[in-house]
Amino acid sequence: MSTAGGRVAGNDRLAHWVFIATTVVLCGWVLVPIWLLISNTLSTASEVNSFPKPVVPSLNTENIQFFLTFHGAGNALWNSIQVAFATMIMAISVGAPAGYALSRFDFRGKNAFRVLVLMTRAFPLPLLALPMAILFIRVGLDDTVIGLAIVHTTLALPFAVLITFSLFSGIPIELEEAAWTLGCNRLQAFRKVILPLVLPGLAASAIFAFVISWNEVFAAAVLTIEHRTLPAFLLQSLDDAPLHLKFAGGTMLVLPALIFIFLVRKYLFAMWGIANR
Amino acid sequence: MNPRTLPYWLLAPALVFLCVFFLYPFSLVAWQAIATDEGVLTTQYLQRMASHWKFDRALTNTLLLTAAVVPIQLSLALLMATMVSKMNRGRDVVLYIWTIPLGISDLAAGLIWLAIFDQTGFLNSALFGLGMIEQPVTFLGYQNKTTIFVAVMLAEIWRATAIMLVILVAGIGLIPKEYNEAAEVFGAGRWKRFTKVTLPLLKPSLQTALVLRVILAFEVFAVVSALGGTNLPVLMGEVYDWQFKLQDSHIAASYALLILAISIAFTLLIMGLLRTPKGAQTT
Amino acid sequence: MAEINIKNVAKQFGKTHALHSIDMTIKHQEFVVLLGASGCGKTTLLRIIAGLETATSGEVWIGDKRVDGLAPKDRGIAMVFQNYAVFPHLTVYENIAFGLRMAKLSESEVERRVQRTASLMHIEQLLKRYSGQLSGGQRQRVAVSRALAMEPDVILMDEPLSNLDALLRMEMRAELKSVLAESNTTTIYVTHDQVEAMSMADRIAIMDQGQIVQADSPVEIYRNPAAHFVGSFIGNPPMNFLSANNAGNGQWLVGNTTIAGPQSDKPILEFAIRPEDIRVGEGSMTVEVRLLEPLGSHTLLACRLGDTPFRVIVDSDRAVKVGETLAIDPIAERIRWFDPDTQLAL
Repeated sequence: MSTAGGRVAGNDRLAHWVFIATTVVLCGWVLVPIWLLISNTLSTASEVNSFPKPVVPSLNTENIQFFLTFHGAGNALWNSIQVAFATMIMAISVGAPAGYALSRFDFRGKNAFRVLVLMTRAFPLPLLALPMAILFIRVGLDDTVIGLAIVHTTLALPFAVLITFSLFSGIPIELEEAAWTLGCNRLQAFRKVILPLVLPGLAASAIFAFVISWNEVFAAAVLTIEHRTLPAFLLQSLDDAPLHLKFAGGTMLVLPALIFIFLVRKYLFAMWGIANR
Repeated sequence: MNPRTLPYWLLAPALVFLCVFFLYPFSLVAWQAIATDEGVLTTQYLQRMASHWKFDRALTNTLLLTAAVVPIQLSLALLMATMVSKMNRGRDVVLYIWTIPLGISDLAAGLIWLAIFDQTGFLNSALFGLGMIEQPVTFLGYQNKTTIFVAVMLAEIWRATAIMLVILVAGIGLIPKEYNEAAEVFGAGRWKRFTKVTLPLLKPSLQTALVLRVILAFEVFAVVSALGGTNLPVLMGEVYDWQFKLQDSHIAASYALLILAISIAFTLLIMGLLRTPKGAQTT
Repeated sequence: MAEINIKNVAKQFGKTHALHSIDMTIKHQEFVVLLGASGCGKTTLLRIIAGLETATSGEVWIGDKRVDGLAPKDRGIAMVFQNYAVFPHLTVYENIAFGLRMAKLSESEVERRVQRTASLMHIEQLLKRYSGQLSGGQRQRVAVSRALAMEPDVILMDEPLSNLDALLRMEMRAELKSVLAESNTTTIYVTHDQVEAMSMADRIAIMDQGQIVQADSPVEIYRNPAAHFVGSFIGNPPMNFLSANNAGNGQWLVGNTTIAGPQSDKPILEFAIRPEDIRVGEGSMTVEVRLLEPLGSHTLLACRLGDTPFRVIVDSDRAVKVGETLAIDPIAERIRWFDPDTQLAL
């Protein structure tokens, strides 16, 4: 008996270590490539282009400075920020009311609307850039921040609707009803009760919209020429730019994403849990 | 405001937005692919697309990449999701780390793996350090199509497993623990519990994860551009080239229509294969 | 004066009728309980009075004001919700003050009313806390304070105690009753718990399938159910029902015993008697004991009379065995008769 028990315990311990080892390996699988990019960015240009590479980067900011002063790069960064902000504002201000309507009302056509929103998932949305390029020329929105932001909003809107829907659904309707019986009209009840409660979640979905826009390459590359965003700028310079510039640009793209995912991490799962249905 | 019309007012902006900037443009794409500028229906653009020398390779590469990447991602995401569901200490940290790629753009992912596979990249340095090579290898040169393919595969797996992971973790969170405990009481082992209880109950999440992932796989573009340049043509890259370099938006639209068609076909296929019978849902 | 008049109120959801033409008058300061199983329409009726739901047709009057077109805030009501609906982002103090601030009362008046209702509900020491730091019972008290602080004409309560555990529920029941009795308000209280209804109400309105079947004092409802449904719903265990054949001249054959009943031409009536209104060991009716449920003060016998289940309550001192045949005698003045066609009492 005791030996059998010992073997079981031994197996358990082994399984435990395998579990931990797998976890560590998978964490490394995610983190090491990012570190390599950043380490390249923090090396000197000659280190980046040398072979074999030194193990520890020389930790200087020469590449970053080079990137920021490189023709068009700073502008691209600024354009990216503008487009992402515009996307964020449009996606939330258009999506949140729809999410609220879906969570609070039963009405004719509700399902049709849900289907429309879900349908966007089956479509390769960046392709929207093609017809929009033509439309925008007609209305004078070609190569503008707002034009690109509109296409990015189309990408972010379905998420904004579904996420805000789940946020509002998470707040018992009785809270709102209680506010009505205590002297609020609909708007007051929303402002005094619902808004304070959904604000963190709303911020998270706004950040999510920001990230979607920040990362989008295809539409940005198709729709902008003078006002390139950072990804579009990097894509365009893939062929001719020196390696260290690419890596510095890549790091500039990655860093905000790291921070943003950290900020919204609590909401990621709640968002996707509901988006499943 | 009248509670009967209020929901429609709230919905109106999103509805208008989707009609004007989603439904209408897509109909334009379809129209451009099958009609001339004068509005005459034609198949000449589709034919020209299909007879172009890069068409077969772009289509094959895209489908092959999807076929190679998605199953690995699905298994990996399932493994990670089950591991997360068993963690107590450190769960939050591990989850954060594993979901980091979710926020990283495909272009950045391409650049990250370029830092590894480039001629002066870390892989060459590492191999040299281990004494396995004496000269740097050009992994991403035009004569090494296979290593380009593998590099793109790795970058895609690295980047886009997180989205499946998040959906599956959320899905597993929705399954009440009692089902697994009941199965355990009835004598089901770990593997049996996973295949007979968890997986079937996870069907709706698997469906979402697969649909989303497969469609994204058909849109693969920036990773390939960063790693392979023109050496590994893919459908989305062809759209870009025809639109920009060759300035023929009809052919670009034809490619777009093709991507749209296979996306919809696969969505329907996945939804059909992973259908949950009515009344068998958990919630 | 806050008399509530409900005139012809009906509610349809799509094709289902949630409420069929309800008429009811609730007197000033009366405590009325709407009692019924889930889905009977009691909550819908309450929400229509509150203005959270619009009736398909009919009128609602509070005092001499017709309110069915008005928003909830303009009806002079306050409501306590089943899940309490205590605002999680506000302190207890701010929760109670919420409605008062909306009404733009002076800060000193707000302070006075919050303190008064908080002490009434014994939560003065909780005023600085948030909802997340409160137990279910404490949240309940906050919700009631918040409603009382409005000094409304009408308080509406939707199953306010159903989320509390049994002991707490009993305590709150007594407390609520006395607080509301002193508050000069008219109260409509929805519950599915008949003990709650019996112990608190001035008047109980029993609802079934969107209709009020009977509205009477608790004792009247218990002793003289107006319909089969009421007898089978009220009382634990409920009334026994047996089929009675007309033996002519107001005599009815129940089982194999003839019992004096109403004069009627109907071939069959329904005989009903409560399990405790039966003398055991005498009389000519016999039942077979199938199961004993000792409940302490008394013992519940699940019996059969022929094929029909029949329950009898006996003193727990009495020795009864399973399988025994008992002679029983229903107390004549407690027997009730129902028409099997209309389901109504005769």
